[in-house]
Amino acid sequence: MVAVRDPLGALGLTEGDLIEMYYRVVLARAVSARMWILNRMGRAPFAITCDGHEVAQVASAFGLRPGKDWVVPYYRDMGVVVSVGMTPRDLMLGLLAKAADPSSGGRQMPSHFGHAGLRVVSGSSPVATQIPHAVGIALASKLRGEEDATIVYFGDGATSKGDFHEGLNFAGVHRLPVVFFCENNGYAISVPLRKQMAIAQISQRAAGYGFPGVTVDGNDLLAVYAASKEALERARRGEGPTLIEAVVQRLVPHSSDDDQRRYRSEKELEAGKQADPIPRLKAYMEESGFLTAEKNEEINKRVAKEVDDATDFAEKSPYPEPEEAVTRVYGSSEG
Amino acid sequence: MATKTVIEALHNALHEEMQRDQRVLVMGEDVEEGGVFRVTEGLLAEFGPGRIIDTPLSESLIVGAAIGAAINGMRPVAEIQFADFIHPAMDQIVSEAARMRYRSNGAFSCPLVIRAPSGGGIHGALYHSQNVEAFFAHVPGLKVVAPSTPYDVAGLLKAAIRDEDPVLFFEHKKTYRLIKGEVPEEDFVVPIGKANVVREGKDLSILTYGLAVHQCLEAAEALAQEVRIEVVDLRTLAPLDKETILESVRKTGKALIVHEDNLTGGIGGEVAAIIAAEAFDYLDGPVLRLAMPDVPAVPFSPPLEEYCLLNPEKIISAVRKLAAY
Amino acid sequence: MAVNVVMPQLGETITEGTITRWLKKVGDWVDRYEPVVEVNTDKVDVEVPSPEAGHLREILVSEGMTVAVGEVLAVLEEAGAAAEKEPAPTAAPTGAAEPAEAQARATPRVRKLARDHGVDLAQVSGSGPGGRITEEDVQAYLATWQPPRPTPVAPEAIGPEQEVEVIPLSPVRRTIAQRMTQSAFSAPHAWLSMEADVSALVRLRDGMKEEFRRREGVDLTYVPFVIKAATEALREHPILNSAWSEEGLVLKKRIHVGVAVGVEEGLVVPVIRDADQLSIAGLAHAVQKLTDRARAGRLSLEDVQGGTFTVNNTGAFGSVVSMPIINPGQAAIVSMEAIVKKPVVVEDAIAIRNTLNLCLSFDHRVLDGSAAGGFLQTMRKRLEAMGPDMSLY
Repeated sequence: MVAVRDPLGALGLTEGDLIEMYYRVVLARAVSARMWILNRMGRAPFAITCDGHEVAQVASAFGLRPGKDWVVPYYRDMGVVVSVGMTPRDLMLGLLAKAADPSSGGRQMPSHFGHAGLRVVSGSSPVATQIPHAVGIALASKLRGEEDATIVYFGDGATSKGDFHEGLNFAGVHRLPVVFFCENNGYAISVPLRKQMAIAQISQRAAGYGFPGVTVDGNDLLAVYAASKEALERARRGEGPTLIEAVVQRLVPHSSDDDQRRYRSEKELEAGKQADPIPRLKAYMEESGFLTAEKNEEINKRVAKEVDDATDFAEKSPYPEPEEAVTRVYGSSEG
Repeated sequence: MATKTVIEALHNALHEEMQRDQRVLVMGEDVEEGGVFRVTEGLLAEFGPGRIIDTPLSESLIVGAAIGAAINGMRPVAEIQFADFIHPAMDQIVSEAARMRYRSNGAFSCPLVIRAPSGGGIHGALYHSQNVEAFFAHVPGLKVVAPSTPYDVAGLLKAAIRDEDPVLFFEHKKTYRLIKGEVPEEDFVVPIGKANVVREGKDLSILTYGLAVHQCLEAAEALAQEVRIEVVDLRTLAPLDKETILESVRKTGKALIVHEDNLTGGIGGEVAAIIAAEAFDYLDGPVLRLAMPDVPAVPFSPPLEEYCLLNPEKIISAVRKLAAY
Repeated sequence: MAVNVVMPQLGETITEGTITRWLKKVGDWVDRYEPVVEVNTDKVDVEVPSPEAGHLREILVSEGMTVAVGEVLAVLEEAGAAAEKEPAPTAAPTGAAEPAEAQARATPRVRKLARDHGVDLAQVSGSGPGGRITEEDVQAYLATWQPPRPTPVAPEAIGPEQEVEVIPLSPVRRTIAQRMTQSAFSAPHAWLSMEADVSALVRLRDGMKEEFRRREGVDLTYVPFVIKAATEALREHPILNSAWSEEGLVLKKRIHVGVAVGVEEGLVVPVIRDADQLSIAGLAHAVQKLTDRARAGRLSLEDVQGGTFTVNNTGAFGSVVSMPIINPGQAAIVSMEAIVKKPVVVEDAIAIRNTLNLCLSFDHRVLDGSAAGGFLQTMRKRLEAMGPDMSLY
């Protein structure tokens, strides 16, 4: 971390902002933990979560204006959607596929986030298809002369897909107000980075499309915030796209259908645990005097309560009616 | 009323819609200079680069960005230069556009039109002659139209642009300059999902679409003294106008489905199944299909192309066989 | 309350797991979600959390044992276990293939035509390709249908002082017999009769009939007037426009009046749809049209279906009293008897009036005498109010 005399002030952040981000990070991790427990109990058939990415996600999203800027997440972005206003209840409803799930009414697998009011765009499972969508959204904003920025998230594997290249290319040609945020955790399920690409840093790709790319330590809250703030401001000023590569750890398997011990050594996994960004962030905040023991206790209690409430609420919430399965195919006649 | 070719009707309808609704924009390859078929001729000068947008050579992006623009309040008309080149965009069309409303439980939708010239007979060979409608008619969430007259092309393009769902709009490129017809001056719409009985008859129903409509009309006229043929132009392939199809077959008792797409897996099978299930008691003969043979695509050399494609003679022969049953 | 800790499904293809280590012993307190046991599968090794808080009462599977997914591993004391939701029954695929009819001799269209007209295709010769029966063949058969010659019956069956001629049953006769039997034996028929003074109506009709014939091209009989009176009475007494069913009395909202017409083979009852919407003139036309079609044998299935009430003109053949049989699917039938001039008492004096008996048979399961009487009263009042100042349109 760069030692600056007033790191927060330089970024326009207050102590309260930092506490808020810390709370969101802790909340995202706690929701994830509960999802894994429910999965291990056989109560949730599938879980795919954010452990190790939370700091980068929350920091990147802090500069967004919820409901105005467009957020196009992928399935690991619990920290992002929690930052722009989706609640633990929303996430649990999605996990348990209940009717009130705002992302999809129980139609999609968990963590396929979507929320019309918050401008969180519904995503799918094929990787990187959301990138051209984000580009089109940004195009429309620009054509109408609006100030809204679009941020699209994806992993390292997505940068191999045609849609990534086609999307970045178009955004570069038209200098679109979009931030491309790559959460590089070094693995696409089990395929390691060196088999995914021949370059050292994903941010290098931006040069091929005519705009800046930057790599940041995804565990460094302030560094990620700074890079994201700069990119969003560039976009709003009409200076075009930015590719941000945040290097993070994936502390959980790809999903509940994966066992990463089959391709990652004990040593590597242990090193990852040691590099967990949350204890690191906590330590920084304690050393800097932003986080007292009472505040920490308060945050933990609040988070635990929220997660329990969300779990109970979602478990009691009804499933969709079976006949719903054939509705919303078209807009006109039927539902 | 004015007499226009299909291409003129298309161009004018697009122009009118862009004037009527500021949200309508066109994106695709070569659209700024007017398009390889001149559908967007002059539109850049009138509407500017904010609404007529040249894209890079990236079909998946063309559709994907159109989806994004539609999500963010625009009414994009994405152009794929030839239907043969639509396949790279398959993921975006099928996994994304078709499912956006369904998967978000109605929270998101993408009202967009994807236009593509399709069909053969212009020496286009394997990669400029395909009929791809069957791939998409199969996908719930998409609407698929295939108009073949200037009136229908204009009316259905307007309907497609105004529709809340993604619409695939396949024009038969051979009809562009070949087919002329009357188009009203005032605003009008041809509803999606309605077929059109273009010729009435009592003995046999032909159900068809695209260029084949005109070939069937030619055949029907030639056979007028022998068999009174009713020709139904399906116009919309998804959703099919079951009511009109069944009403015609119940009247005549004999159904021949004619389409240029190859036989196996073509829309003809779907129409035949509907007839067999819901008009069984009215059938006076088997439900037959006439289509291109099952080859991967139309070949180039003239005798090869002719062998594969439809023509009025082949239709006449098929009609006679069924009429005699 | 006891709560089970079960072997969870730890991955899509996992079917069993092995207990490696119990993390709690019997008697220990366990928090909700606290790990209770370590389990090993070929895909994943996990700690299984407890579904509820409570004391560990019993351990059922010891370390090293392998059990299937879903097996109970341990039992906790306390906390309500969530009831297992019933798995939704999978929808059975709709089967229903019709038994294949013998292919061949006729297409579906022709078979339907034959069915609709009660034609036995075995009796029809085919002029189509390969001897196939065509639509024209069936139409020709219908046009020239002759009853087969009567078969002589053996004398012993008849008795020594009798001669018989057995008239074979036409399809129509068979159908009438079946339906009358069905109605008579299932609906308990009750019967009510009233006499209506139709002198004014007779004056109206006598005065109008020439002009009506000239203007409308059809005869003006008393039938439309009776139907009109009936529909008005049905509106006021809707229970007579209904039918019996085990689930409940089916009150029909629309009034479709069947008019019994005698044809050569017997009685058919074509139906005037929404008869209450028609004027006298309209009813006259409708009755004529249906009668013509019936006598020409050209009634379609739609023509005779859907009736809710029937009017029977028994007066046409001179009857003054009759007990009609209800049409199956309806609750009542009224017959209009012959109009007879006779002496009646009017304000304590004798007068000569034209009288018409209305005879109502009704299904006693559906309604009782008072409802029937109310209906018939209304009908009579309407008829008695019809006179020369009534509009026919």
